[in-house]
Amino acid sequence: MRILLPGTLEEALQMLAATPDATPMAGGTDLLVHWPQHPELHERSYVDLSGLEDLRPHRWTDHELVLGGLTSYWDVITDRRARVELPLLIEAGRQVGAVQIQTRGTWAGNIANGSPAADGVPVLMAYDALVVLQSTRGRSEVPLAEFYVGYKEMRRKPDELITQIRLPRREYDLQIFEKVGSRQAQAITKVGIAITHSAAGWRVVSNSMAPFVCRCHSMERLLQDGRPVSSPDDLLPAIREDVSPIDDIRSTAEYRERVMARVLYYDLLDVCPSFS
Amino acid sequence: MSQRKTAGRGAAAGELRISFTLNGEPATLEVSPSERLLDILRYRLGLPGTKEGCAEGECGACTVLLDGLPVDSCLVPAYQVRGRRVETIEALDPADMAHYHARGTTQCGACTPGVVVTASWIVRHPELLETHSIRDLMAGNLCRCTGYDGIIEGVVDELEERGGSAGPGAHRS
Repeated sequence: MRILLPGTLEEALQMLAATPDATPMAGGTDLLVHWPQHPELHERSYVDLSGLEDLRPHRWTDHELVLGGLTSYWDVITDRRARVELPLLIEAGRQVGAVQIQTRGTWAGNIANGSPAADGVPVLMAYDALVVLQSTRGRSEVPLAEFYVGYKEMRRKPDELITQIRLPRREYDLQIFEKVGSRQAQAITKVGIAITHSAAGWRVVSNSMAPFVCRCHSMERLLQDGRPVSSPDDLLPAIREDVSPIDDIRSTAEYRERVMARVLYYDLLDVCPSFS
Repeated sequence: MSQRKTAGRGAAAGELRISFTLNGEPATLEVSPSERLLDILRYRLGLPGTKEGCAEGECGACTVLLDGLPVDSCLVPAYQVRGRRVETIEALDPADMAHYHARGTTQCGACTPGVVVTASWIVRHPELLETHSIRDLMAGNLCRCTGYDGIIEGVVDELEERGGSAGPGAHRS
């Protein structure tokens, strides 16, 4: 195993440029879990980000919450302003493992790991997060909703680091996060949903329902148009356009589809006049 | 490439020399990049109180405090603790265990060091109970013997002895 230890962001970007097969590591919670069973991972190179203190803090501006590349779940969970203004970040952060994981895991790592079951990603997407990518070639921004292109495939090039996640500050009149798992704590999501509504419109995002976390555009249009919905089954056509659940060790496609329909229906029944 | 390198910056494939604060005392040793914090505590530094359970960040038997926050030492690369502060079960006063013994919170004992480390963090930070229940905060420490209620009650007892309140959410499931 080869560990690259940059002292500055600039050094980290140079190391990534020179070692394109190196994996950036922050808290390591997604990486070390595989180390004992997979000796081949010990042959890899890692760029350790833990010394880059500048990437850790998050900050509020007049218009945005800007998470750093190393901001942990716990950093946000303990932020009183986030609790008031962007409460889904807290709700979702508290669903990632338990405290021992929340103190180490980072929002940027959750994005970069690319798991379809990532619990941090749906709420970021429902808040219209922008992913800031930096490399020695420059800086670019990609809407998180357009970041994934396939299973564990994303618009981050090997030499790029996620250095910030930018969230607009808006007035929301609806914010919902739902996680369905086998037990209340420390479960991997079977069906996950984040919903927001603001002047920018509806955002409906699901995880564990498709090869990557994604916005559900058909569902958003259905809500925007105010189409009448009188049972969970009325939502199934839109769900089938938006996602493609699979059978796996945790659940079945049919279960996931039905649960997503029911969760959405009963969450929205009291708030959408078009639901009855 | 150098096979021996102080872990400041640069690249290392061999051993890295790291210094950190362990249970209040300075510690320095050479670690390989793939060693976990759990490994060096148990097998290199003579502190076997920290246990290995699942090795995947779920059971919490390996919980230690890193810069004052609970972490699973099975998921922390040892070199990442350079310059930081690590506290293990060995740093705690055995007298602090009294409440847990009284409540029957330990049987086989595999989870107990992790449980007590997390509990010690909670009782030192009663402000956590403004937003979390004890049960939420202990969710990362699995116990397959006792059924958890005794553990929660042990934390409540210790908080009360320290003059704090366990808060309205203390018993919330």
